[in-house]
Amino acid sequence: MSREQILSSDGIPLEQSLKKAERKNKLKAVLLVAPLFLFILIIYVFPIGDMLFRSVDDRMITKMLPKTFQAMENWDGQELPDEPVYKAIYEDLKYLKENKTYGKIIARLNYEKSGFSSLIKKTVRKLNKIEEGNYKEQFIKIHKRWGQPEYLVALKNAAPNWSYAKYLKGVDMRFDQDRSIVQVEEDRRIYKILWMRTINVAFWVTLFCFILAYPISHLLATLPMKYSNLLMICVLLPFWTSLLVRTSSWMVLLQQQGPINDLIVWIGLAADDNRPELMYNVIGTFVAMTQILLPFMVLPLYSVMKTISPSLMRAGKSLGGTPLVSFVKIYFPLTIPGIGAGCLLVFILAIGYYITPALVGGASGSLISNTIAYHMKSSLDWAFASALGTMLLVGVLAIYWVYNKLVGIDNIKLG
Amino acid sequence: MGNDHFVRFENVDKSYDGKQLVVKGLNLDIEEGEFVTMLGPSGSGKTTCLMMLAGFETPTNGQIYLDNKVISDIPPHKRGIGMVFQNYALFPHMTVYENLAFPLRVRKIPKDEADKKVDKALSMVSLQGFEARMPMQLSGGQQQRVAVARSLVFDPKLVLMDEPLGALDKNLRESMQYEIKHIHESIGVTVVYVTHDQTEALTMSNRIAVFNDGKVQQLSSPDELYERPVNSFVAEFIGENNTFAGEITDVSGDKCKVKLNSGNEILANPIVAKSKGEKTTVSLRPERALIDPVTEMDNNHKGKIEEVIYHGDHTRLRLDLLGNKQFILKVPNSSNRMDIKEGKEINIGWNSVDCRALDPK
Repeated sequence: MSREQILSSDGIPLEQSLKKAERKNKLKAVLLVAPLFLFILIIYVFPIGDMLFRSVDDRMITKMLPKTFQAMENWDGQELPDEPVYKAIYEDLKYLKENKTYGKIIARLNYEKSGFSSLIKKTVRKLNKIEEGNYKEQFIKIHKRWGQPEYLVALKNAAPNWSYAKYLKGVDMRFDQDRSIVQVEEDRRIYKILWMRTINVAFWVTLFCFILAYPISHLLATLPMKYSNLLMICVLLPFWTSLLVRTSSWMVLLQQQGPINDLIVWIGLAADDNRPELMYNVIGTFVAMTQILLPFMVLPLYSVMKTISPSLMRAGKSLGGTPLVSFVKIYFPLTIPGIGAGCLLVFILAIGYYITPALVGGASGSLISNTIAYHMKSSLDWAFASALGTMLLVGVLAIYWVYNKLVGIDNIKLG
Repeated sequence: MGNDHFVRFENVDKSYDGKQLVVKGLNLDIEEGEFVTMLGPSGSGKTTCLMMLAGFETPTNGQIYLDNKVISDIPPHKRGIGMVFQNYALFPHMTVYENLAFPLRVRKIPKDEADKKVDKALSMVSLQGFEARMPMQLSGGQQQRVAVARSLVFDPKLVLMDEPLGALDKNLRESMQYEIKHIHESIGVTVVYVTHDQTEALTMSNRIAVFNDGKVQQLSSPDELYERPVNSFVAEFIGENNTFAGEITDVSGDKCKVKLNSGNEILANPIVAKSKGEKTTVSLRPERALIDPVTEMDNNHKGKIEEVIYHGDHTRLRLDLLGNKQFILKVPNSSNRMDIKEGKEINIGWNSVDCRALDPK
């Protein structure tokens, strides 16, 4: 049977008139979505793109020493380079000195190899004395490091426009002078510890939240309306309070002269002159984060449990299952979508948590996001902060992917 | 105690709030192999009774015996009572097979034996080949059949059904009624069935317990219940009913004279109201009254046709008779009576034995 084109009453093909009729609706839909779309584009897509870009962007030095890198292009990096390279360095530095912008390259080159700081500073200071011709000799005279190939190799290594050195730094690795990847010195390996601590805290906070939230959610889902509403308000009340206020109140509660410590001393668990430190360490981070993230676990669990008919548990019991067996075989499996959603939500929130660890975490309780903030605000190494941020983002996406493989995102229920 | 009844409710009271009794002094005996239906309007305490029997509610007072043992202290999972729930309560994350195997698995029955039992139970409800399906992939009727099979698969001696057909459409409900009835007959299990649908109760049961106001109003076989209701509530609740309110003026043997509020006098059968001067409500089934009776009947009165309603197999007449403007009469359509018209006066006759003088409403 051949497919004939169906015409509408005015002779236009049906398909065309359908499209025409639906065009207006489509346009309306697009216009309704447009504000949110723009918002997401401006608030999320551009900044994240910029962050990704920044973390690998290394063009600054290339732009500042253009002649040097051009002259170095054909140098094999074994022996000292020839005269043209030194001439190019002279011209670049001279230009930078005239514009007073040479300060920027010092930090960058010093990161590539320590010792560049004094080398550049001294060279720039004595740049006026250099005469035309025989630059190599005059340079080595100013500073003997100009005669050591490793400094010139390090300089050459800084040439590429793009670099993933910041990412290596994020996992305690670096390039050595022949561009191979090595671990940093033992006493400088801090980021791996930080990552492990972050994951560890996120894991335990998720677990504590789950243990605390499961019974509450069950109660919420099964209590009569008038009690469950009250309980729901109790769960949501902290939600409506500022995060900063909640964290600060934990600081009041957990401090060494605070009520919780008073109670511990009063019960006799600790001596008055030996009060345990509950704050400015991992304990404080655990306690405060668990409390703050609890609603994110309760709500998805509650919404799933609400849909489980109480007659299922009754059916389980009437068929001969003990309450425990009925729970394990019937109730629990039905709550897995809620558990998945809650755990994923809490874990992802916890892994990037900032304010609470910053306030109650102290040194041993600070997490990766605190380090990112430090590099954004204090050390001004935005590229490194971006690299850490990107790694965190990729990590979260990886968790999401694994979860999808194991449980299936479709099974998640948030309400 | 005991007394050789399979299930026995003895003076059972139940209150949820300590202020009102939902079930009041309930006494009920059920024999082994019986199909007993608890029938009543919503809020009459029938489901509460079922839940107490299943073990999900505890009696506030009194005892329940199962097989001559007090069961109040036995938790539900040890009672060995099968149960079919209102919304089937199939486990949505398990296949049909796993649903049926659940009661066998918790009883640690070996797999090959369990497989046989599951197969047998599924064939009972003609659902072989559906083992691997999930409950959501089944239609309402199929889900219901799985629920029935699951309640029977572990060979319980007693099965409770809590309005199991409530969610099905009319045709399916009717065929399921027969199906459940046949399963009951073929395996001889004792069934306690709860419903508010009287047709369902009349179709399926050996005996029906009519509940109202937390009490059993009458416990008897379907025909007895319909033909010989013991009080006004049962007469009204089961089937259609015509009533006359009045006062007994004379009693002689198995007949009594009732003076109706309209002033007329009729002859009735004294059941509840038995002595002169008592107020009474007289109950008469529509099909017991005849138009122009051929045989001699001891009540004969004239009534005016107010409304004629065609019902396919019969025609229904609403009459104004002895002051009752809602008097219903059923005329079979095979009787070829063409003179049934609105506004016409006709002769109505009935026997006093069918006309029961019950308690006043």
